[in-house]
Amino acid sequence: MTFFSDTWTVFTRAMRLSLRQPMWVAIGVLQPILYLTLFGPLLVPLANAPGFPPGDAWTVFVPGLLVQLGIFGGAFVGFGIIAEWRSGVIDRELVSPASRTALITGRVLRDVVVLVVQAIILIVCALFFGLRVPVGAAVLGIIMIGLLGAAFSYFSYSAGLAMKSEDAFAPLVNMVSLPILLLSGILLPMSLAPQWLQLLSDVNPFKHIVNAVRALFRGEVGTFEVGLGLMLALILIALGAWAGKRVFELQTK
Amino acid sequence: MDTAMIEARDLKRTYKAKGKSIEAVRGVDLSVRAGEIVGFLGPNGAGKTTTLKMLCTLLEPTGGTAVVAGHDLRGDPVGVRRAIGYVSQAGSTAPEARAGEEIVSHAKLYGIDPKTAEARARKLLADLDLADVWDRNCGSLSGGQRRRLDIVMGLIHEPKLVFLDEPSTGLDPQSRANLWTHIRKLRDEMGTTVFITTHYMDEADSLSDRILIIDQGKIVAEGTPAELKKRVSGDTITLTLRRAEDAVEAAGVAGMLPGADVPVADGHIVRFHVPDGGSALPVLLAEFTKAGIEAIGVEVNRPTLDDVFLTLTGRSLRE
Repeated sequence: MTFFSDTWTVFTRAMRLSLRQPMWVAIGVLQPILYLTLFGPLLVPLANAPGFPPGDAWTVFVPGLLVQLGIFGGAFVGFGIIAEWRSGVIDRELVSPASRTALITGRVLRDVVVLVVQAIILIVCALFFGLRVPVGAAVLGIIMIGLLGAAFSYFSYSAGLAMKSEDAFAPLVNMVSLPILLLSGILLPMSLAPQWLQLLSDVNPFKHIVNAVRALFRGEVGTFEVGLGLMLALILIALGAWAGKRVFELQTK
Repeated sequence: MDTAMIEARDLKRTYKAKGKSIEAVRGVDLSVRAGEIVGFLGPNGAGKTTTLKMLCTLLEPTGGTAVVAGHDLRGDPVGVRRAIGYVSQAGSTAPEARAGEEIVSHAKLYGIDPKTAEARARKLLADLDLADVWDRNCGSLSGGQRRRLDIVMGLIHEPKLVFLDEPSTGLDPQSRANLWTHIRKLRDEMGTTVFITTHYMDEADSLSDRILIIDQGKIVAEGTPAELKKRVSGDTITLTLRRAEDAVEAAGVAGMLPGADVPVADGHIVRFHVPDGGSALPVLLAEFTKAGIEAIGVEVNRPTLDDVFLTLTGRSLRE
């Protein structure tokens, strides 16, 4: 089927271009490592405070950082597609018989590969700080982060290509990602929050994804929390893929 | 045998912006035969690129129909895409990507295997004087090299029909001349049908077998460059006479030529238009000898496509 071969073609091209710019990948992973080093130790004494969720500081904090990596890794890829559109690459691909969904999915896959590599680096670093996590749980956690990142990539490419302007896209990304970040309990668990803030965060799907990864890291695989997070991640991906396909189709409308 | 490559009827495109609808293309009819080089000439904003994008499936028409390379534009856009090449004025490659890799990757979207793609690409690159760019970053190429690379990208799947959108914009005169040679070779050696938009009169004039002129979203004239020029404004003949008193008589003689307009005499100078200056001149000079009029200077100016455009629309192409 042409969808798979086209996706592979777009993916290999995008991957090759990313590997030529390893600086960006490095910068992307540097940020969570800074959080790990400069913020993580502050949480260790907090882990015994009332309201702190089960598990030690690292099994609470590292999943949050992973989700942050997924959100920010994905959210900014839209800048790349604006540049590609400007250099004529998007029109060149649209005028080929390639599947429209493949054009965006190939790029999303590249982002997922980059994200997974960053997540592995982050987890390995966290092991040195004292994170203890079963290998199977870490793998499942990384898969969930990959799904989340894919959803964000789809949304980001859709928004970038729909707007075609970095000046309009940058404020949008900040406006969307900051509340998502604050209301998902990435830095501090939402269980510490007053009730109104907890209620607000309950409607944020990303909080449930963070909670699911935290549950995984505690070794709770078959729980409702994990199922809910996984389901939300899958719904987000489906919505993102639909939006991406739609935006690529709208390019010729 | 049906040799029509493009057959468009009443093609329309309306944009909606801020509640108002803007008619960018207002009913274009055009036919292009296989093996033709057709120039699509018009000022900026006339609807050239919009028409081109519709024919390339990059923009859905809001009205009308078209059959491109044997495939219906609406019914079988993928069939159209397989058969055509499109060279955009915006470029086609990422600056940080290597030229050879971009071409092979693009070819794969047409289902061409990498080996065949590379062989074809190297040959095309050599044909377009780009043999040594394979491993170079596209961003490091000169404007002219990048434009030729875009053409290679557009030809890698050996399309029957290729659309070139303003191919020589921003190129220096020598690169333009080179590019024209390559475009002619495309048709002469590979039989490719070429549809080229331009707002340069000299480009349309020297490249095209036939020219379509578009203005304000409608085709206002079509024909060979020579036909268009002849039909619209004719040649300008400027006579300089030895004696000013001969001017009136000379004007009278010139006005008798078949197809001439009313000559204008101004001092020693008489100016008028005839459909074909080259064949009118010997007749005119023979008449002058008979009448004893002495002309010391004769100038015949062929009309340019700019004159054609001016006569057709009342506006200059350069505006």
